[in-house]
Order: sequence, then C-alpha cells, then structure tokens
Amino acid sequence: MTNPSVDTHLLPADRSAEPLLAVDNLHVEFKTRQGLVRAVNGVSYSLSAGETLAVLGESGSGKSVTAQAIMGILDMPPARIPKGEVRFHGTDMLRLSEEARTQIRGQRIAMIFQDALSALNPVFTVGWQIAEMFRVHKGMSKKQGYAKAVELMERVRIPAAKQRVHDYPHQFSGGMRQRIMIAMSIALDPEVLIADEPTTALDVTVQAQIMELLAELQRESNMGLILITHDLGVVADVADKIAVMYGGRIVEHALVHDVYASPAHPYSKGLLESIPRVDLKGQDLYAIKGLPPNLLDMPTGCAFHPRCPYRRDNCVTDVPPLYEISGTRSSACHYFREVLDGTSG
Amino acid sequence: MSDTITQQPPKHARRVKAEKPASLWSDAWYDLRRNKVFLIGSVLALILILMAAFPSIFSHINAYDPATCDLKTARRGITGEHWFGTDNLGCDTYSRVIYGARVSILVGIITTVITTVVGGGMGLVAGFFGRWSDVLLSRVAEIFFAIPPILGALLILSVIGRDNAGIGTVVMALGVLYWPLLLRIMRAAVISAKNQDFVVAARALGASSGRIMIRHILPNAVAPVIVTATLNLGAFIAAEAGLSFLGVGVQSPTISWGLMISDARPWFLAQPEPLLFPALFLSITVLAFVMLGDAVRDALDPKLR
Amino acid sequence: MGRYALRRLLQAIPVLVGTTFFIFVIVYALPGDPIQALGGDRRMDPVIARALRDKFGLDDPLLVQYWHYLTGIFSGNFGTTFRGVEVSSIFAGKFQVTLQLALTALVMEAIIGVGLGLWSALRRGRWQDQFVLAVTLLLVSIPPLVMGFVLQLWLGVKFKLGTGIELVPVAGIGAGEKSYLLPGFVLATTSIAYLTRLTRTSLMETLRSDFIRTAVAKGMPRRRVLGRHALRNSLIPLVTYLGADLGALMGGAVITETIFNLPGIGLQLFQSVYLRENTVVVGIVTVLVLIYVVANLVVDLLYAVLDPRIRYE
Repeated sequence: MTNPSVDTHLLPADRSAEPLLAVDNLHVEFKTRQGLVRAVNGVSYSLSAGETLAVLGESGSGKSVTAQAIMGILDMPPARIPKGEVRFHGTDMLRLSEEARTQIRGQRIAMIFQDALSALNPVFTVGWQIAEMFRVHKGMSKKQGYAKAVELMERVRIPAAKQRVHDYPHQFSGGMRQRIMIAMSIALDPEVLIADEPTTALDVTVQAQIMELLAELQRESNMGLILITHDLGVVADVADKIAVMYGGRIVEHALVHDVYASPAHPYSKGLLESIPRVDLKGQDLYAIKGLPPNLLDMPTGCAFHPRCPYRRDNCVTDVPPLYEISGTRSSACHYFREVLDGTSG
Repeated sequence: MSDTITQQPPKHARRVKAEKPASLWSDAWYDLRRNKVFLIGSVLALILILMAAFPSIFSHINAYDPATCDLKTARRGITGEHWFGTDNLGCDTYSRVIYGARVSILVGIITTVITTVVGGGMGLVAGFFGRWSDVLLSRVAEIFFAIPPILGALLILSVIGRDNAGIGTVVMALGVLYWPLLLRIMRAAVISAKNQDFVVAARALGASSGRIMIRHILPNAVAPVIVTATLNLGAFIAAEAGLSFLGVGVQSPTISWGLMISDARPWFLAQPEPLLFPALFLSITVLAFVMLGDAVRDALDPKLR
Repeated sequence: MGRYALRRLLQAIPVLVGTTFFIFVIVYALPGDPIQALGGDRRMDPVIARALRDKFGLDDPLLVQYWHYLTGIFSGNFGTTFRGVEVSSIFAGKFQVTLQLALTALVMEAIIGVGLGLWSALRRGRWQDQFVLAVTLLLVSIPPLVMGFVLQLWLGVKFKLGTGIELVPVAGIGAGEKSYLLPGFVLATTSIAYLTRLTRTSLMETLRSDFIRTAVAKGMPRRRVLGRHALRNSLIPLVTYLGADLGALMGGAVITETIFNLPGIGLQLFQSVYLRENTVVVGIVTVLVLIYVVANLVVDLLYAVLDPRIRYE
C-alpha cells in the first residue's frame, strides 16, 4: 500500500494502519445569498490501493463536493470546511500549505470531470494540455511532453493519436474527449483517481467503453478509484464498495454485492428498485416519491423522511446515526432491520 | 460540475425566476430597493426631472428672459447674487444651468423611448418570426450599426442644417443610429426565450402566435432591453451635449449644457465658471442614469455581478 | 479558417454598400441646393450654376451619382469640394494626427483598462474591487467634453501656475508625441471604463469555468492557472473590443480634437460642418466609417485566430 515515492517530509506520520485515503467526519458549507448551505455533513469513507469505491447519490447529495474537498479545488469562500479531515497516507491534507497540496494534486491524486468539453481548455490543443502535466511537474521539454502525450493517447486507445495530438477539444467526439481527460489524469500515475460522473454526458454504448477503460487502467496501475455517480447501473461491475449519499450524509456504506442483494436503507432500496431490469420486464418502474431535499431548508430528523415509506414518528425528530450492521456495512436508518427484511412500510 | 453546491442554489433560484416572470420582477424590485447605487441614482434623476419640468422652482430668474442678462455684470465670478457667476453676456449661469436640464432630459427620455419601442419591436418581430423578416431587419440593422454614432449624427444633423436643428432633429439622428442596438438585444433575448420549454409547451397546447409572443416571450425577453435602454439614456444625454457643442445640436436661444460649454469656451481659461457648472451638471445627470442602469442590470441579471 | 474568413468578407460587402449608400442618400437626396448654398445669400449666376451642376453631375439619377461616388472612394478619389479643392488633399497630414491620437488612446485603454480589470477581478468583492467599480462608474459618466476641458484647466492652468511645471501639453501638437498624451487619455476615458468592466467580468467568468478547475486539479501552480489558462481565454473578448474600438476612437476624435486644437480630420470635420462644406464632411465621414467597418472585420478575423472553436467551424 505504501508507495516508495512518498515524500517523507510531506507525510511524516506513515501509520501503517492508515488506508491510502481516508475522509473523516468531513463537513463542507457554503455561504450563499439565500443562506448557509450545509452541503456535506460528517461524511467518512476510506479507500485502499487497487480498490474502487462508488459514491452514489442524486445531484445535491454532496458527493461531488466531497470529492472537490479531497482535491482541494473548492472555491473558498464561498465554501468552508468547518470540521473534518482528509487523510492521504495518514496526513491531513486540509492542514497542508497550498504549495504542498499543489504537489499532490494531479500527480498523486487526479480527477476526471463529467463534461470533458467544458473541462478541457478550448483554446489549447489536447496534446498541449496532456503535455503540460509532464512539462510542469516533470520539467520535460515541449517535445518530450508531446511524445508522452501521444503515448498516453494511444494507451487510452485514441485512434491516430500522432495526428490528433494537435487537435482541439471541440474536434473530438464526446467519448474521445473523455478518453483525453482520462489520459491527462493518469499521466503521472496517480495513486488515487477520482472520477466525477465520468460517463453521465455520454451515450450508453460509449459509457460502457469508458467504464471498461477505467477498470482496465486501474488493474494495470493498482490505483484507488473513487467513482462518483448517480447511476447504480454503472457501479455493479466495477465497484468494490458503495457509499450512498443523501442530503450531505452517507446513508448506507457497504460492499457492492451486499447492497445489490439487500439494501439496508430505504433510499438505496428505492434507487435499486428504480433500475430498469430485464427480468421484471413489463412491470411499472419504481420511482422514489418526492423531490431531493432543499439544502437551504433541510427536513428535520432524517433528511429522507418526507419521501420514506418506512417513516415513523421519531424519523421526523431524530437524526439517525450511521448504525453499524456488520464490519463492512452500516446504514443511517432507524429501521434498517425492517428494510433488510424487505417488510415495506 | 454535476452538483457543485456553489452553483446550485442560485441555479435553482434562477430557474424559478425564468419560469415565473412575476417573481423576476419582484425579486429585482426587492434587490433594487436595497441597492444604494439605485437609491442615489433615482434621487438624482428625480431632482433633475423636476428641474426639467419646473425650472422655476429652482431658480427665481427666468433664464429665457433676456431682460435678466446685464452686460454690466458680465463674466463675474461667484457672488451671493449669482451663485455660479455670470457669462459673457451677463446672464446668470445658475439659472441657465437649471433651465438647461430640460433639453438633456427630454432628448434622453424621448430617444430612449423611441429606440426601445422601434428597435425592441423590430427585434421582437425578427426574433419571433425569423426567416426573411429576420434576415431583412438584421441586415438593415447591421448597416446602421456600422456607423459610429457621433459621426453619423454629425452627418445627419449637418445636412439637415442648423436652421431646422432642435430637440426633434437630435432625437431623430440619435434614434436612427441607436435602434439597431435594441433590435439586436431584443432579438437575441426573444430567440433564447422562444426555445425555452414553457414556450414550446404553450405552442404545443395550441396558443396563438400573438398570444405566445405577448404573454410568454415578451415578459421573458424584456429584461435585457430595459437594462440597455437605461444605460443608453445617459449616453444620449452625453451625445446631445457633444452635438450641441459641435454646433449641430440644439441652437441658441434654446439653452443646452453643450451649447453653454461651447459659448463659454473662448473665455474659459480666464473665467471657468460658465463652462464648469454646465459641465458638472451634465456629468451628474449622466452619472444618475448610468447608476440607475447599473443597478437595474445587477437586479435583472445577477449573473453579471 | 479560410471559409470563415471568406464568409466574413462576403458579409462585409452589403454592410459597406449599405453604409456608403446611407451616407450618400442623406447628403444628396435631401432638399436644398448645394450650389445655391455655395453662393451664400447672393443669387448665383445661372450659367455658372449650370456649369457647376454638370461638372458635379448633380442632375444625374441618384444611383448614377452613387456609382460615381462609390467608384471614386475605391480609387482614392473623394471628389472635389464645390470650391474646387480635392477632398483627398484635405486629408493629407491630418489623417496621421487622428491615427496617432486614436492609437495613443488605444494603448492607454489597453494598459489602464486591462490592468484595472484584472486587478479588481482578482480582488473580487473586496474594497479594491468596489473602488475600481466606482471609478469606472465615474469615468463612464464624465463625457470627454467635460473631461477634456477640466483637465485642460487643471493641468494647463491651475497646476502650471501653482507649480511652474508643465506636465503635459494641453493644446496643439507642437510638442510632438507628448502632445497626444492628454487628448489621448480624454478620448480613452469611456473606453477605459468599459474595458475595465469587460476585463473584470471576462476574467471572473473564465475563472468560474470548468477548465480552470481542471487546471487546478492538474496541480498547476496558481500563477500558471491565471497566466496561461485564464488569461488566454479571457483575452479573446478584450482583443476584439480593442480592435473594434480603434475605429470608434477615430470616429469619436472630433470632440477631443476640437477641444485640444489637434489638426486632425476630426477638427477638419468640425470646421467643415461649420463652413457647410458637405463634400468634405461626406468624404471624412465615409473614410471614418470605412475604417470602422474594416476594423470590425479585422477583429472578426482575429477572433478566429484566437479562438480555435471558430477557426474550425
């Protein structure tokens, strides 16, 4: 797990018990004109090398904000991190200087964004943008950088990479652009790759190809992968663990096959049931009733209670803690046992 | 970018606004009432409009009465009797400055109304009906757009001749040159409103073109037009002064700040008051309307903040 | 790129024809007889009037006259005044003055406007930003007409009398390059304000874009994120504004040149308006409008060079 290239002066406390990356009780809030938005409320998860963690949730659930806090790319202000730690090899990155974080970003923790067209700079060629990683971080010459860029573009299987290295982002198809994005992110062999909805903007067939590519790259390099998505269908084949987020909290944390077999939170259950399934063809598709919570005016108690079929009186008043069900599994539902049993409320 | 919270609450708020024009306007009004720039701007503008409508409230001397000018007291500095001094004909600069507000305000407001109605109307037609009406109107607008306003106005006014010159000709010259700007802005706003879901829905439900245009598109497209119109008002006032200064705008005996500046120019280095005071009032007037325009823009288009 | 350039060039043709026709129609189709005006209050000898009418083709149909005018422009011949002076000879020497004035203004605008805009965008929401915004509000509100006279009075009289130092010349072009500093600034004030605001919004908007976040996520140092990624993108609207403004500044020079007595085509225009020399007025306005249109065209082509998204359309 420990990487030989770890700078010891940067990360002195190499506690062997520490996972590669650990988010611990993270809180993020935003000051807006309408009021204070608590986007992330005490999220914890961890990631080991070679492991894939899927973070699942609707937009507004805080899953992307958590990722941005890990990367240190939140705009502060308006964002603020009042509490929590993000430990990388045991060192809390939130306490590092901006220079130290810049050293980690891109080189050791990299990120892929949803919409590659807007995430790539429109006025530079894709080759320039990939080569920049080598030129800035490794001090390579322009020529070396471009050679590396071509190599990487071939690695993510972009046809005619040698010619296309001088093209601009808008000249590529959506899938190819996302491959460029991936090539750029894995350029310096990061230990952690965060993919924020990497396939949402793409066609279904292209989605599968991109997921396959990500899984393959991960196997080759043994990096930890955080896969942020709202699409449970994407997760099944690639993820090891799932963290389901709702209203800025993790509501269920489990191994992926456990969730698929029997979800322990009404929200995960709802998500699972709303996936179209071949074996249930012809039946009405299930949809979770109601709307995602308003972050400015969160429901009292359990944030999910207005939409929950298992709701009881105390759900409206008591915030459920993350109950530990087993060593690998927890749920933030007062009535997780009933949910597990499948007795609908 | 999928759910960055920084962007999200405003995004929701804005979406709600776009769907319900009423709340855009009440939101804007709420913002405006708390905006110091808007308050200062509107107080100044109100005073100036009052001055234009009833100059006699502000000055006991009627600047249009030649009898009040006395050559014996020509080119005096500031005195208790003549707050802003007197000009080379012995006329009271203070009362002339007060009476000069009328031309500025009239030209500003009338030109704004005309360009907004004409340009906005054509923009609505071009944007809504598209096709040949759009091609025709946009091409014509492009031609007028390609003429720098001061030059175009100078040309038009110098040809019309000084004998016919007055508020009407200045308004006409500025109007001819500025309507294309309003056309462009209205056209763009209409086209973007036209493609919004609620308009598509209204059309699908069988609403008539006229109804869609007036009830659905206009209220959603009118905000940028109002912003531009307000900002233009100040520009028109400055342009009128410039044209009158160059001798093609309003003519004596009409009192205009631009004319006063032009008249005071030969003696200006020795006795600056007759030039500086109209210049000051001109700047304050432009400032007042620019402040209003700025505040309205901030209120109606929070993105630009 | 080639196709885009070609399309843009083709689009410019109707605009050029339209503007020249507009200018032409205004001058020639309006009532009033220029030959009679030439004679002033005296009645002109009908024979001479006849000869002049023939010479200037005043009785030809409107479109024929327009054709003469148009072909004249493109062969550098702007006609002669009714008094017999070649219009193009009136331009000689004056054109450079106006161009130099406009260029001085443009440079000031670029330095001050872009500088202030970047500075305030990077200090968004703080007092420096508020201060810059207030300054732009004032600059927009003070017409060159006012700014020109006030600065002339303060720098030329008050400051010089008070200290004995002449910072900058306040009239004429006797002092060479230095003479253009003050008029250039006065001409530039409004544009400085607009450019400051444009730079500010443009940079702020760019800083909000996803690709800036990508650059940060790539571990690029802040200096590089701003200097390479953000600036390159926010420059595009600024360059286009500056380019288009050169034409506008030359057109707007008439007031500034009049205030500062700069012997450029603006001052000539003012004098010709005063003397009712319509041919000269038309000639000058035509040239300035053409410059304005061409400047806009060049800017559009430049835009394609700066923004690859347009280049490959």
